[in-house]
Amino acid sequence: MIEVKELRRNFGPVVAVDGISFSVERGEVLGLLGPNGAGKTTAMRILACFLKPDGGTATVCGYDILKDPINVCRSLGYLAENVPAYNEMTVGGFLNFICDVREIRGKDRKQALDRIVPMCSIDSVYHQTIETLSKGYKRRVGLAQALIHDPDVLILDEPTDGLDPNQKHEVRKLIGKMAKDKCIVISTHILEEVEAVCSRTIIIARGRILVDSTPKKLKEEHQCSLDAVFRRITRTKSA
Amino acid sequence: MNSFMAVFKRELKSYFTTPLAYVFLVIFLFFSGYLTFKQGFYEMRQADMSAFFMNLPLLFVFMVPSTAMRLWAEERKVGSIELLFTLPITITQAVLGKFFAAWLFLTIALGLTFPMVITVCYLGEPDVGLIITGYVGSILMAGGFLAIGCFFSALSKNQVISFVLSVVACAVLVFAGMPTTLNYASTFLPIGMVSAIESMSFQTHFESIQRGVLKFGDLSYFVLLIVGWIAACSIILDERKAR
Repeated sequence: MIEVKELRRNFGPVVAVDGISFSVERGEVLGLLGPNGAGKTTAMRILACFLKPDGGTATVCGYDILKDPINVCRSLGYLAENVPAYNEMTVGGFLNFICDVREIRGKDRKQALDRIVPMCSIDSVYHQTIETLSKGYKRRVGLAQALIHDPDVLILDEPTDGLDPNQKHEVRKLIGKMAKDKCIVISTHILEEVEAVCSRTIIIARGRILVDSTPKKLKEEHQCSLDAVFRRITRTKSA
Repeated sequence: MNSFMAVFKRELKSYFTTPLAYVFLVIFLFFSGYLTFKQGFYEMRQADMSAFFMNLPLLFVFMVPSTAMRLWAEERKVGSIELLFTLPITITQAVLGKFFAAWLFLTIALGLTFPMVITVCYLGEPDVGLIITGYVGSILMAGGFLAIGCFFSALSKNQVISFVLSVVACAVLVFAGMPTTLNYASTFLPIGMVSAIESMSFQTHFESIQRGVLKFGDLSYFVLLIVGWIAACSIILDERKAR
């Protein structure tokens, strides 16, 4: 459902993404791993049509990110790294705005809200303004925003960052539950998360793909924990 | 169209959920009234609103950029632009949605000066047509200033910078048409150049509409100005949204 071909993007002299290609199918949860500044966020932003690539292209659900960005945005849910939202709005007002933009109306809207609000456990803060929320609640509102239209493709940039252990567990359970009929890409630094939710993992550093494998296979090949594998791969190959 | 309406609605609401709208309205209404009476509204002994409209360009030079500065600068600073442009919205829809919301807000502010109209009607028998064209001209001028402010707001992440730049740009366009500027320019510029400067100014077209005549030239001046700056704003945003 996601097809990435030779994606490339520079910021001035800095090469953020240097010709990466991969594809993700329905039912897969792909974990993008990599040290800081590896190009994970840039790659995700390009897929979400926020950044334009300098070279290469990608398709999401068959729509090209360069030729048909509107349909790409329609079919994917995107949670950005710093969870942007309109701080002066209430959670309810914000979700209604998202419904307005995504053209979810009337009965569908009520259904969508009834489904998403308990799912992300934001019932208790529904009438609060977003600026008063804690980091964890903000992220859950962001997650609700990304899931409200029940998209086929989900792109989540560090979805559990800033959550407490219980919430982390909840979000992982949520991702696991959705995994079988969606196509999900997450980025993370937390390696136990990869083991817990990802069916496949790509390790990138300096904008290049170093490994494309499954967490299980990686552990078997290297005969050690994922932590050690990660260190070994990113240190030796990028040094 | 729906995305446009969604952005429009959200933006307009956000004016009134923050203190911004109320602070703006109070200050705008105070100064528009104060300047009118200071200018000698009673001393003129005329039941018209020329004293009111005369001061608007000067007031708008400061007030309109202060509403426009947050439109994009804030969005970029907070990062919510990343949310906005990963929703199924085109840049044009978003730019127009925000622009029209701010324009409607300014129109509401102008509408709230209605006590001036009542005062004039109470004191004498004013030419209603003149008042209406006066307001039409003011709304168009607000739109022009706003389009300029929109552009500079998209240019910088910093609201102060975008405010200062748009105040300067608006002031240049207003003062270019003032008699003092034109007299000075005519001492060393050929007459054609002077009239070119004059016809580029807000002042000239605003005064012409205020006289009660809606000329095609004046209308097209404002429309072109708005369309031009808005288009420039969209292009700049497309370039810089992620930076």
